[in-house]
Amino acid sequence: MSFISLMGALEIGLIFALVALGVLISFRILNFPDLTADGSFPLGGAVAATLISGGHDPWLSCAIAAVAGAMSGWVTAWLNVRLNILQLLASILVMIALYSINLRIMGAPNVPLLGEATVFTPFIGEGGDSAYWIQPMVLVAVVIAVKLGLDAFFASQSGLALRATGANPRMARAQGISTNRYTLAGMALSNALIALGGALYVQTQGGADISMGVGTIVIGLAAVIIGETLIPSRNLWIITLATVLGAILYRLFIALALTADFIGLQAQDLNLITAVLVGFALVLPMLKAKLRRASGAK
Amino acid sequence: MMHAQGLTKTFNPGTPIENRALRGLDLHIETGQFVTVIGSNGAGKSTFLNAISGDLLVDSGSIRIDSQDVTRLNAWQRAGLVARVFQDPMAGTCEGLTIEENLALAWQRGEKRGFGRAVRPELRDMFREKLARLKLGLENRLSDRMGLLSGGQRQAVSLLMASLKPSRILLLDEHTAALDPKTAGFVLELTDQIVAEQKLTALMVTHSMRQALDHGERTIMLHQGRVVLDVAGSERANMDVPDLLAMFERTRGEAVSDDALLLG
Repeated sequence: MSFISLMGALEIGLIFALVALGVLISFRILNFPDLTADGSFPLGGAVAATLISGGHDPWLSCAIAAVAGAMSGWVTAWLNVRLNILQLLASILVMIALYSINLRIMGAPNVPLLGEATVFTPFIGEGGDSAYWIQPMVLVAVVIAVKLGLDAFFASQSGLALRATGANPRMARAQGISTNRYTLAGMALSNALIALGGALYVQTQGGADISMGVGTIVIGLAAVIIGETLIPSRNLWIITLATVLGAILYRLFIALALTADFIGLQAQDLNLITAVLVGFALVLPMLKAKLRRASGAK
Repeated sequence: MMHAQGLTKTFNPGTPIENRALRGLDLHIETGQFVTVIGSNGAGKSTFLNAISGDLLVDSGSIRIDSQDVTRLNAWQRAGLVARVFQDPMAGTCEGLTIEENLALAWQRGEKRGFGRAVRPELRDMFREKLARLKLGLENRLSDRMGLLSGGQRQAVSLLMASLKPSRILLLDEHTAALDPKTAGFVLELTDQIVAEQKLTALMVTHSMRQALDHGERTIMLHQGRVVLDVAGSERANMDVPDLLAMFERTRGEAVSDDALLLG
């Protein structure tokens, strides 16, 4: 694998680290199985690409994309806590609805960003031949900032209330925590991060496409599961770190599998590789336990 | 002061499994009074406690805590007034959070939560001091996860959490039922101590008539969703378990003669 393709994998891995942190909040902290991601990731992309191609500031566009993502997560949670629709079903409804909304926002199946100024433009010199390593560096800064921000939030009074809402809602209510309100807020935060990932994704890929959301949730979950398998911990700041590393590792695996010619895999095999990787990560803890038992028996 | 009047609650109304858990329950508890509650299975004890805490809303009747009508408020809106310890040691705490994080959650019971650090150094010192009084060695385990504690330790911490902030009424729902006799004795002693020290108004459900008479200053018996027996003062002081049992049998016999048939 060349250095440039390595940096490319790192770049996408860092973007999906944001998605994975969002998935961590919904699936792991709030205990809310949420598939909205497949709609909120392209939503972030659609909003950002449309605004940027309309000549707006790219950072502002990212912020608005995150707000749009927050709204979609809020709607999913609202369908669940107010209308009592099953969590999974509520998120599927929003995901489906977002497909139409995203088409409306973009006004076409895709919005190209070629030649537009993105959040990366100020850091890249004339000619743009340093983009392949500058873009990942900018993303590293963004992901570290988000990770540290989340860590501080989870240790705050509100963050603790959010964690209690997911872990033991009855106890949380007995402590005066409105579990409904915290579910709404937590799901908004989760999808804001996912949409921010989408907004940055379109700026690295040269445009938004209506089909860019397919499989987002699987990749996010894969990153969370790889992270907690490789670095098992109960400490939240380690868990967020493991999630970020999981996302990067996942993309590196994919890049390796696709570039290793002797395996004979091609780009269209991506989803198959994803499924195999996630399946492997899921059984890994079991395999590790078996190995430990086997070595302990000797 | 807690005043409950004419509480009714029916589960699954209009179906074959309809259950009239509360059927016009009246109870008045003065400020500072420690009341124990007994009753057979299905008498409505848990439903009554859940109605006071707001975990479920009653079909009719009203509940007042001090001067505030809380009938229509849900559990988190009442949390500033009501503190509680659950029967299940797992239910009252978050096992994934540390001891100090659980205490920090309880420290803000019923209050607005901001974005400041939840566990500040001065809070940690206060938690350590309070935990030391339990004499369980937990003062050195502040950052241990709750899940690592035994059932008795968790109930002791739950009790501490419930008394960390002042409350108008403390609800104890068979909080020693899941513990071994020795640990149960310790938790009960701790309960007496905390209730007396903070002059709490308390309502303790128990399945043991011995406990009901030995603790608190007034005992009520629930049967079929109503208060059927209410003893306090010298009458209660002269009572022993057989007397209570006899009264229990008598009210049961009067209230439902077919119950005896069912029990064979």
